[in-house]
Amino acid sequence: MSTAAASAIQLGLQSCEGCGLLSRPEPGEEEGTCPRCDHELEFRKAGSIERSWAFLIAAAICYVPANVLPVLTTVTAAGRESDTIMQGVVLLWSPTGWPLSLIVLFASIMIPSAKILALAYLLITVQRGSIQNNAQRIRLYRTVELVGRWSMVDVFVDAFTVSLVQLQPLMSVEPGPGLFFFAAVVVLTMLAVESFDPRLIWDAASPREVRHA
Amino acid sequence: MVRPYNHPLTDASLIACLHCDLVQRLPDLASGGSARCPRCNKELWRRREDSLNRTLALTLAAAVLYVVANTVPMLGLTVVGRAASTTVLGGARHLWQDGREIVAGLVLFTAVIAPGLQIGFMLAIVLGATRDTPPRWVGALLRLHPTTRTWSMIEVMLLGVLVALIKIAELATVIPGLALFALGGLVFLFAAIQSSFDSREVWSRVAWAEPDARRAVAAAGLDEAQA
Repeated sequence: MSTAAASAIQLGLQSCEGCGLLSRPEPGEEEGTCPRCDHELEFRKAGSIERSWAFLIAAAICYVPANVLPVLTTVTAAGRESDTIMQGVVLLWSPTGWPLSLIVLFASIMIPSAKILALAYLLITVQRGSIQNNAQRIRLYRTVELVGRWSMVDVFVDAFTVSLVQLQPLMSVEPGPGLFFFAAVVVLTMLAVESFDPRLIWDAASPREVRHA
Repeated sequence: MVRPYNHPLTDASLIACLHCDLVQRLPDLASGGSARCPRCNKELWRRREDSLNRTLALTLAAAVLYVVANTVPMLGLTVVGRAASTTVLGGARHLWQDGREIVAGLVLFTAVIAPGLQIGFMLAIVLGATRDTPPRWVGALLRLHPTTRTWSMIEVMLLGVLVALIKIAELATVIPGLALFALGGLVFLFAAIQSSFDSREVWSRVAWAEPDARRAVAAAGLDEAQA
């Protein structure tokens, strides 16, 4: 097998996620240490699929209260009014404010749900040993990795609305119970992406038996 | 359990793509040139011009803006003769006082702590790497740096602040503070640092964890990847 078309795992080599160095483990060893940066090395991230599923399922569970429970409660002389994430988007919709409303809709509603679906798709296809659409799947993974952080926008909006609108007894804003679950969805999906090892996408197409050949 | 050290390859230009594991040889790039993985199109390396000096200058500027952004007010408002203002830290403090300690911690971490670590680590890395023999801790910080970048969300926070500002503008007169402009500058500086820093250059200078490894390779003189 020529070097040009082989995976490192097929050649019995491990690359370091910390510093990028390619190195050879002791014969027969599955685990080693990077001689350059002292990072622990494995052929693939340990328990990648299991960890990724665990974070993803936890995120999917938090997704429900994140969207049903209010994230903000506005207290005025007229009474209390609570808004969920979606109500926040609707409230922001106005002849001048609609572009921001779209940004929040995209960041808070579309990205979290698309992210959960996309990761589930990646995990299922990897587990089924799919060899199709590898290029599209790695692009999907990179997109999820890139846009995921923008879901935090709503957490910051609510944090700074709460800290600024403190004009008791005239008007004040309090955070609602949904905010915790919403932040949990963002963090858990980011951890799920970080646990997923994209190299698994390519493994089904390059079987490992030639290792140590 | 003690994990043994791996053996490096003789040919230091051989690498495996971290997104698809394809083993390949990195070409020697000219300044500004970049190499992509032929299988999955990940950018493997982009050679930066005068990387360390430029990164140092940008990081020092970022450190100044970071201090400004976290000490002066970010947003103020006035309504019927009453005024209020908040800082970046204020966003986390009020959430904490309202009993949302975990969310407050997350805001504090992503808006203040992670960006601070990102700047501090980068400053230490660049200053350490310009020494004749960069010490081991440069490598340790360089390994931690991508994590701080993942969780440092200044640009996301800035968008959040702008949305909050426009929401509140319907009820009161909003006064953008100096910190808001410092944060805007910081977003551009972080992007510039990322596009001027060449981690491969620093790694090639850092002292190895196992000092004997590199000498052993030079003595062996055979291409192990072909074995």
